[in-house]
Amino acid sequence: MSLALINVAYLIAAVCFIFGLMQLSHPRTAVRGNRIGALGMLIAIVVTLLEKEVVTFEWIIAGMILGTIIGAVLAIRVKMTAMPQMVALLNGFGGGASLLVAGAELTKFSLIEPNPALQTTIAVAATCVIGSVTFWGSLVAYGKLEGLINERSFLIKGRHLINGALGLLALFLCYELIQHPAYTSLYWLLCVVSSVVGFLLVIAIGGADMPVVICLLNSYSGLAGAAAGFVLSNNGLIISGSLVGASGIILCMIMCKAMNRSLPNVLFGGFGAVDSGPSADDVYGGRIKATTPEEIAMLFDTARRVVIVPGYGLAVSQAQHAVRDLANLLESKGIEVEYGIHPVAGRMPGHMNILLAEASIPYEKVKEMDEVNNSFEQTDVTMVIGANDVVNPEARTNPNSPIAGMPILDVDRSKTVVVVKRSLSPGFAGIPNPLFALDNTLMYFADGKKAILDLITAVKEG
Amino acid sequence: MESDFVSLLTIFVLAIFVGVYVITKVPPTLHTPLTSGANAISGITIVGAILAAGVEHSLLIQVLGFVAVVFAMINVVGGFMVTDRMLQMFKRKE
Repeated sequence: MSLALINVAYLIAAVCFIFGLMQLSHPRTAVRGNRIGALGMLIAIVVTLLEKEVVTFEWIIAGMILGTIIGAVLAIRVKMTAMPQMVALLNGFGGGASLLVAGAELTKFSLIEPNPALQTTIAVAATCVIGSVTFWGSLVAYGKLEGLINERSFLIKGRHLINGALGLLALFLCYELIQHPAYTSLYWLLCVVSSVVGFLLVIAIGGADMPVVICLLNSYSGLAGAAAGFVLSNNGLIISGSLVGASGIILCMIMCKAMNRSLPNVLFGGFGAVDSGPSADDVYGGRIKATTPEEIAMLFDTARRVVIVPGYGLAVSQAQHAVRDLANLLESKGIEVEYGIHPVAGRMPGHMNILLAEASIPYEKVKEMDEVNNSFEQTDVTMVIGANDVVNPEARTNPNSPIAGMPILDVDRSKTVVVVKRSLSPGFAGIPNPLFALDNTLMYFADGKKAILDLITAVKEG
Repeated sequence: MESDFVSLLTIFVLAIFVGVYVITKVPPTLHTPLTSGANAISGITIVGAILAAGVEHSLLIQVLGFVAVVFAMINVVGGFMVTDRMLQMFKRKE
């Protein structure tokens, strides 16, 4: 195949990716969009196999078979609730692959072309840094989400100093590598230093900030691919990589806005490790009203509109199917049921939406924050299941609160709020939630799934 | 070579604009499949991995290429398949 033809094929692949992403703008066309993207990938792979540089196939075929098996098993077996860690893991593999590609390319240069162009060596160094940070950062994110390492932010004394020093060291190694590309050991040294940076950066970030971290690592895995594209002078890689880079950054900004925090604050802030403000006793003292399934069932008897607000707790207790059953039951009694989703509910953007979709809840009933906030005043019962900080009215009222100014779901404006929660323990922000002590709030202390199942029984009997 | 680099850079910058334009149209409901789908696309680095694993003059390069092929393929196959699985769930209830 001629070089021109190969490049045209890469262009077609890139167009497939763009077209596929465009079709992701609606649930009806999204399945097709994803498959068009996969088709683009197939075209790119087949064309690459036809390149004249590729002369031996054993390693390629072995690698493709092994990778396909692992990827397929992961994709088939993963639970919907575990999607954040799955994406984190896949991100890591993408970043790791780019890292190895640039390493292999540099080794190739050292054997056949001792003096590669300056822009190539810069791209090699960039791929090394971004790829290593993505790989190790993603593995740590995976470990936190999977519960293998403590989810809370792990803060070492003087970590900014350590990170700064390591960053400078990485910069110095980049410079040396660009000056002396023949010393491939510099590449692997740079890889080690960047890996430590990636590890330290993500280990310091707490669980509830993971949506931002996942988006950012997603963006990095794309940028690593684009950087590898610069190394290989390959347009296909550059276009696809920058698409992914843009996608991750946009989601990142959406998440940060939804928490009213800046990206540097999320990445370096060590949020959730400080405690300030009124104590839990001051806020809750004597004002908490615990309720029972029977009492909630009676509330439903007179209700016309119910809104369900899911949070990470729903994912943890796998309550999505029980919630669907409850909603069906309520709808059979003529009650309107909708769902209100905060942009950072869960551990990755859209996490709650896929759980509700898994339970066959129609997406038309699942409302975004701005839309559902207009309707709480006409809502008889709002059920908050496993969410905390995103429904904390302190964000509106207390300018000194760590979550001040964060847009929240105004559940407190509905006639009655039922909070399903195991205890009064604080959420990620580490602050008490005055919502729990409001006159129109009832606390239903139980595990999410069991709570909903008991409630279903109570509604049926009542 | 310099003009080469500039044209690569041009493509890079323009593609970012295309990405921003396309991605902002995706509704929040689909942000998880978007992330995993975009993630699968970043597996395009498989192209570089194949080029490395297919050379014949160095075992080291081949081995690096092999591991890169495995990683990238996990990324590609896992990413597209899991995205498909998720999107099917949205389709089911029309």
